[in-house]
Amino acid sequence: MTQLWDFSGGVHPSENKHQSTGRPIRRAGIPERLVLPLQQHIGEPAEVIVEVGERVLKGQKIADVTTGMGVPVHASTSGVIEAIELRPVPHPSGMSDWCVVLKPDGEDQWCQLEPIGDYHKLDREAVLDLIREAGIAGMGGAGFPTDIKLRPPRDRKVETLILNGAECEPYITADDMTMREHAAEVVNGLKVMAWILRPSRCVVGIEDNKPEAIAAMRKAVQGTQIEIAVIPTKYPSGGEKQLVQILTGLEVPSGGIPADIGVMCQNVGTAMAVSRAVFEGKPLISRIVTVTGKAVREPGNFEILVGTPASYLLESGGLQKSQLNRLVLGGPMMGYTLTTDTIPLVKTSNCIIAATADELPAPPPEQPCIRCSQCAEACPMELLPQQLFWYSKASEFEKAEHLNLFDCIECGACSYVCPSSIPLVQYYRYAKDEIRKQRAEQLKSDHARERFEARQARLEREQQEKELRRKERAKAAAEAQAQKQTEAEQSVAQGEATDERAAKAALVQQALERKKAKAAQTAEPAPAAAPAVEQPDIETLEKQLMQAETKLSTMQGMLEEARAQQADNVEKLERAVAKNHDRVERAREALAEARGQMADNTSDASSE
Amino acid sequence: MALVQQSSPHARNARPTSRVMLWVILAAIPGLIAQTLFFGWGNLINVVWCIALALASEAAILKLRSKPVSFFLKDNTAAVTGLLLGLSLPQFAPWWVSAIAVISAIVVAKQLYGGLGSNPFNPAMVGYALALISFPVAMTTNWAQAATLWGGAPGVGETLATIFSASQTTIDAWTMATPLDEYKHKIATHTAAEVLQHPTFGDLVARGWEWVNLAFLAGGLLLIWLRIITWHIPVAFLAAIVVMSLAFGSNADLYAPLQLHLLAGGTMLGAFFIATDPVSAATSHQGKLIYGAGIGVLVYLIRTWGNYPDAIAFSVLLMNFAVPFIDHYTPPRTYGHHKAKRGVPSKSGG
Repeated sequence: MTQLWDFSGGVHPSENKHQSTGRPIRRAGIPERLVLPLQQHIGEPAEVIVEVGERVLKGQKIADVTTGMGVPVHASTSGVIEAIELRPVPHPSGMSDWCVVLKPDGEDQWCQLEPIGDYHKLDREAVLDLIREAGIAGMGGAGFPTDIKLRPPRDRKVETLILNGAECEPYITADDMTMREHAAEVVNGLKVMAWILRPSRCVVGIEDNKPEAIAAMRKAVQGTQIEIAVIPTKYPSGGEKQLVQILTGLEVPSGGIPADIGVMCQNVGTAMAVSRAVFEGKPLISRIVTVTGKAVREPGNFEILVGTPASYLLESGGLQKSQLNRLVLGGPMMGYTLTTDTIPLVKTSNCIIAATADELPAPPPEQPCIRCSQCAEACPMELLPQQLFWYSKASEFEKAEHLNLFDCIECGACSYVCPSSIPLVQYYRYAKDEIRKQRAEQLKSDHARERFEARQARLEREQQEKELRRKERAKAAAEAQAQKQTEAEQSVAQGEATDERAAKAALVQQALERKKAKAAQTAEPAPAAAPAVEQPDIETLEKQLMQAETKLSTMQGMLEEARAQQADNVEKLERAVAKNHDRVERAREALAEARGQMADNTSDASSE
Repeated sequence: MALVQQSSPHARNARPTSRVMLWVILAAIPGLIAQTLFFGWGNLINVVWCIALALASEAAILKLRSKPVSFFLKDNTAAVTGLLLGLSLPQFAPWWVSAIAVISAIVVAKQLYGGLGSNPFNPAMVGYALALISFPVAMTTNWAQAATLWGGAPGVGETLATIFSASQTTIDAWTMATPLDEYKHKIATHTAAEVLQHPTFGDLVARGWEWVNLAFLAGGLLLIWLRIITWHIPVAFLAAIVVMSLAFGSNADLYAPLQLHLLAGGTMLGAFFIATDPVSAATSHQGKLIYGAGIGVLVYLIRTWGNYPDAIAFSVLLMNFAVPFIDHYTPPRTYGHHKAKRGVPSKSGG
């Protein structure tokens, strides 16, 4: 008898499992279209490696992940790639994502399969690669790529390998039926994983409400070291953290993974997929899905091809559309409602519930919290749900986080028992989202600040360099001045200019001459003003021209200054100067034209 | 076909607040029956009167606050407040004392603080304490003497006439000091044996009171069995009284004996029905233990050294004050954490 521990809290919802265990697993067959989402689990989406119109064989790889975490996608049957487009995918938001649409040809023709006879002869890495190539990702929940999970960090030796057959959610019987009918395959897959990890203990946890599965698994593990642990039925015993606690008495550290305490959990379906990959060479292209709810006539489990539309499967279960009120993908505690039945079922889809209105009725209106603590009694993580609710509702996220909001596994036990029918989990999801958003924004603003500071530093550096250059120039000029001075002194000393006064007078004379020349230059257009008295038209034009020229020269001055200072507005100024230059040109042309028409005394102005 | 969109969980199996409150009312019935059997019709009349007033004032204030009246009235919480006051007020308390207690409980202590779930203080006890401080004579001289329905107790008509009479007269023949009151005042000058001669004590512990308390204990155990309350508050409350009594009051010639503390006055009603009001109590298991024990200690202190013969209302209200503080420092240790995070988040965000 395996020693068991209890986890705190938990609830006992109506199991509703018998509806779907009455019939053996049926094959759903090949639907008209298969829709294969490129992202079926956490990690990176796969990249398509086939083309529209191409014929593919069953089991042929059609998409793969080249960079980052992820596993390939395979064709679930033989057929033609019809489209690669956005389609609604299984997601709580009802979003669309890239999918490969496959039109089956009905031949169901396999590609070349390469099973391994004896995996013991292979390198462990080779088997892990094979698991990756088979596209296997955890089939119980979020779908973590199995090969990565099977490679725990070097310093984390897995001592206990747990196969999670608890299946604590009501309605779902996929793992139950898998263990009943495919116990040998499940155990074989588990053996492969155990061979990879070399744990000292290997245990299968099954809730005591599955006697047939327990019997089948007990038979399958005969002669092995694998333990079968029958655990009390209590939701959420199948939660990874809870199952670890039940079977080992250890707690997974907050924010950590089971490998941190030497434990690893794998799902029943995953074990079967590993077995098929290793012993038959078949990639993960099918899985077992429970179809149940009062709106289907023949509830049960089906082996479906990955990518089968939900509508096709519901049809196989005998959906009565008039009865259907809500479609839940997953269980009634943690599953999410679907907006459409056109979504494809993927590697992680374990159950679809077609519920009638009285089966899963709408909750009564929310009442005030009376702090009854029923939620705290039910919480398997020993949180304070009512305080978390209070802080989430008041947007006091810091306090909610302090009370370990992020340890919430969203199992729904608190909402299940709340006498005031408060949708607690929804509040926690909201608070978590808000906190994540705030963190992302914080990160963004941090980046922005870093960028700004870097720019400021650069500008300062440039300013300093400029200052340095200016000083050097000034120094050079001073030196030149000093040079001149000494030269002058030398010439005086040599007697070339005996009278210092005479030299100075000569300099003044030169300056005056330069000034005169300049005055003559500026005065040049002056004669043109004479006819202006007679011709006010020309006078206006000339005025405009003068204004434009003054502006242009100011602009040029500014531009030069800006260039000297390497200011930011050089470009702008250059554009402005060009514009003003054009304006001056136009004014001159207009003036010339006007003068040409006048026919007298205009040659001077137009020659410019 | 419009599919219903909703957040998980989709299954629910909650006992609604209205049903929780209904169970509280039902669990109090054995105590009410015992009260009626041993003290006459007074408590029953008070219960009916207080519940009617509670519902009426709740409806009126909800209307004033523009809240849906029937939605909130149906949660039965106002009825429970009325019930608790009816059970704890003196049997012959004048109608207007009950009315003031109920109205201040519902209007001030509950609705003006924001209504159901937002009141920091136990509404019934606010009403009780207010009446006790404002009308000490009416609240202490109107206790019925233990006289069974089959011998001695006044009839329905006489009781109604007394409660609803315009004049403030006390009919001495029907009233008597409560056992706790009697013991407290006589023990200073008498020996225990002499004090216990008084008819209010009867043959067992406290005539009539012991049965009433045992009946409330039975009702309280039902509530625990139904998982409407947890054991933490009542057990801590009673354990604290036991510990205090053994530590300080073992000499019966000086202090009321333990059995009187447990089976007289409002001990069991307070432990199982009043202190366990979830809205104004601490929330975590550890917090509930501290909260319950605090009430027990205070009850003993006030009964023994205070001015009042009984002390449930004051003790509960004083511990209500401490609830936010207790809650801050008694969060449970969350799965996967080494220890509980106490207090408020630190500035560094840790």
